[in-house]
Amino acid sequence: MRAPIVVVGASLAGLRAAEQLRAAGWEGPITLVGDEPHPPYNRPPLSKAFLAGTASSASLTLRPRPSVADATWLLGTRAVRADLDRRTVDLVDGRTLPYRALVIATGTRPRRLTCPGPSVGRHTLRTLGDARRLRAALAEPGARVVVVGAGFIGCEVAATVSALGAADVTVVDPLPLPLLGPLGESLATELRVRHERRGVRFALGRHVTGFAGRDRVTGVRLDDGRTLAADVVVESVGSLANTEWLAGNGLDLTDGVLTDAHLRVGGRPDVVAVGDVARFPGLRYDGVPRRVEHWSIPTDTAKHAARVLTAHLAGAGAGADTKAGTGADFGAGVGGELAPFAPLPTFWSDQHDFRLQSFGAPALGTADARVLYGEPGADVVVGYHREGRLVGVVALGGRAAVAAAARHRADLLQQSPTT
Amino acid sequence: MKVVVDMSKCQDHGQCVFAAPEVFRFDDAGRLTHLSNPDDALSDAVEEAADVCPLQAIRIEH
Ligand SMILES: Cc1cc2nc3c(=O)[nH]c(=O)nc-3n(C[C@H](O)[C@H](O)[C@H](O)COP(=O)(O)OP(=O)(O)OC[C@H]3O[C@@H](n4cnc5c(N)ncnc54)[C@H](O)[C@@H]3O)c2cc1C
Ligand code: SF4
Repeated sequence: MRAPIVVVGASLAGLRAAEQLRAAGWEGPITLVGDEPHPPYNRPPLSKAFLAGTASSASLTLRPRPSVADATWLLGTRAVRADLDRRTVDLVDGRTLPYRALVIATGTRPRRLTCPGPSVGRHTLRTLGDARRLRAALAEPGARVVVVGAGFIGCEVAATVSALGAADVTVVDPLPLPLLGPLGESLATELRVRHERRGVRFALGRHVTGFAGRDRVTGVRLDDGRTLAADVVVESVGSLANTEWLAGNGLDLTDGVLTDAHLRVGGRPDVVAVGDVARFPGLRYDGVPRRVEHWSIPTDTAKHAARVLTAHLAGAGAGADTKAGTGADFGAGVGGELAPFAPLPTFWSDQHDFRLQSFGAPALGTADARVLYGEPGADVVVGYHREGRLVGVVALGGRAAVAAAARHRADLLQQSPTT
Repeated sequence: MKVVVDMSKCQDHGQCVFAAPEVFRFDDAGRLTHLSNPDDALSDAVEEAADVCPLQAIRIEH
């Protein structure tokens, strides 16, 4: 039997990769390997509706396209090693899977704080199991909650938890404002005010030095000497890419898997990376390779990577497994048919009764942020500029703000890659 | 091809409108409207719209 295309990581990016391989004409076997026991599910509600108790776990399940009904799913199965020269993946149960092509889709896991203290009562939020445990801990009436890290997940959890009626919710971050990096000072200030009005407290410019308590956490120690009383601690301090299983292949695994402009890995035409784990060059802006942890990226990367792989396999004589007409090998991108991967970054974040909606790369233009629509305090859209050019827009508010931001999307899309 | 949007799930993200403007649009009141029986020639765009909906509110029946 012909070896399958093996997809390691069976979440959003892995599922989309399998679907897009079919859409790109791959008719041969596909095997997905995922270490979670669940079929792919949607993570954004874990910090929002699912944590709030208004969405069921069944509603999170991602519906696969009918085209992947014949794929083989190895769930609850971790890949422990890959040999990219021999084209094999070793599984935790001792099996070795040979592959025709490999899709790396292993995503990230939460980074943990390493400061001293008990571990019971400390949570992270990435998986369904994490969300269930956190929800159970929050069910104790009057729980005092400390969220460490004022990024997207931290801010969302603080919003959800405060609406659940926790006795108090405090967000700790070493930076002076929540989401300062992606939003810049003016919008981050506005975000802070909106959270505070709804009962969330902040301890900003502060580091956590340790956790109080014997068997379980009773407080969070800060570097100003204070201890915040806490029954539940949520650590949302960034993520680490799941790349250990790829070690030993000479790849650049500095922060995720480095790819070329067509999402290929290690100069190999038969290995691609997709989703949160892929560190691809940001060609629309500065060309710097970055991981992008937005929900839209798994789908965008999967589509591009699947076309690249399928074209390579068709060119390499896998004609029996690919539909006709996909024979071009996209080479190094020079003279190839497919333009380099340069998606328009897009994300949203729902907090309290408002939404943040971003298009483009606001973080690159926070030094020149201008209000494009509305006014702080109400529905507002901020434009971020670099060298006078609009590089990102963020809406904060309701439907009107989001619609106003979306009107700049075409403008942002038109900006050609800088290479 | 039949397209069904579960309006109890839809939260006006508008991603479907970007992916398939021929099929999905916001009306003047800002509410999502869509063609329920778009031409099969649009099926790629509609599948893409279903993929990018963060709420998985879009269902396609062939
Ligand atoms: C709580 C939360 C809220 C979010 N909210 C938003 C939001 O509002 N807006 C937004 O734009 N984005 C949001 N995101 C981000 C978005 O969900 C991610 O970008 C997306 O899930 C990335 O998908 P992925 O498939 O690349 O990675 P993951 O979803 O991390 O999937 C990787 C999979 O690979 C598995 N795996 C890892 N190592 C191995 C191995 N060795 N062998 C086998 N399997 C392995 C993992 O267990 C996992 O199932 C949120 C994320 C979280 C956690
Ligand atoms: S993408 Fe989904 S949530 Fe957004 S408007 Fe379309 S159907 Fe509604």
